[in-house]
Amino acid sequence: MHELSIAESILDAVERQAADHPDARFHKIGLRIGELSGIDADALNFSWHAVTQDTSYQQTALEIEFCPRRHRCEQCGQQFTVHDYRTDCPRCRDTNTTCIGGEELDIAYLEVEE
Amino acid sequence: MTTRVPVEKKVLNENQIVANELRDRFRENAVFCLNLISSPGSGKTTLLEKTLDRLPRNTRVAVLAGDIQTENDANRLKRSGFPVKQITTGGTCHLDARMVQKHLEDWPLEDIDILLIENVGNLVCPSSYDLGEAAKVVLLSVTEGEDKPLKYPSIFFKSELVVITKLDLLPHVPFDLAKARENCLRVHPGVEIVEVAAINEAGLDQWMTWLRKRQDATSKSRTAVLIN
Repeated sequence: MHELSIAESILDAVERQAADHPDARFHKIGLRIGELSGIDADALNFSWHAVTQDTSYQQTALEIEFCPRRHRCEQCGQQFTVHDYRTDCPRCRDTNTTCIGGEELDIAYLEVEE
Repeated sequence: MTTRVPVEKKVLNENQIVANELRDRFRENAVFCLNLISSPGSGKTTLLEKTLDRLPRNTRVAVLAGDIQTENDANRLKRSGFPVKQITTGGTCHLDARMVQKHLEDWPLEDIDILLIENVGNLVCPSSYDLGEAAKVVLLSVTEGEDKPLKYPSIFFKSELVVITKLDLLPHVPFDLAKARENCLRVHPGVEIVEVAAINEAGLDQWMTWLRKRQDATSKSRTAVLIN
């Protein structure tokens, strides 16, 4: 259950960002969470509520965009979403493919009311 | 008025900064660092004990052992005579780069060639935290299900080697070894797999060979950087 550590890291990052917007009220935090990041969205929301209790972020919601695992074929360049762990290229069937998405654990944006 | 401010930052940016610093220091000092990850009780400490036993006495190896509580693992590993330090996280379910940095403060890196880090027993959380290692190694014991790689794809995908442990117990448990290998390869095509029964030394040669080969690859890439 490292979602609690992750929630604390998000709060740290947002507080740092908040220094640039002293009078702002933070509405939403946009996150990108990859399939391979090992983060459970429900557990993260739960942890976020816990770490923001009695802070000025108590009303700030997390908006989570889930990013599936994506690969690129090194043979034909096709980019595709991996379903059921099939990492061979759906177009040319080559098995030499590289992971290009799914490991995200990013803060994409903040929605601010000024 | 509501405005959207782009941030585009990694949540674990702070950890990544420290991990990158560690990786640079490991490179400068020619330290080969491995991060060993598994569920609790999969045999990380036993594998490390046997590894330390097999290393020549003059090997400049050091171990950091992570646990939530107790110094038990470090005490077991210290019997080898090599430098070992326990990192007690006090509740945190993974090691992070800052913990590693702090515990390396009084170890001169120029005196270390191999740094083995035993992470806290957990297949989920340690996969998110880069420790500056050259490679992650995941252990899977035959007393766990052969579907572990499918349930925890992140760590099996991020690890360069899977060590299937406790092979000596195979006759007593319903573990399908072929299926386990297949599942590892489904999640991480091409991943290397070794099978060991550390308790009776079976398969340890294969593991030691991988360790040396991987260490060589790291030092070669380092030399290439120096030449370039």
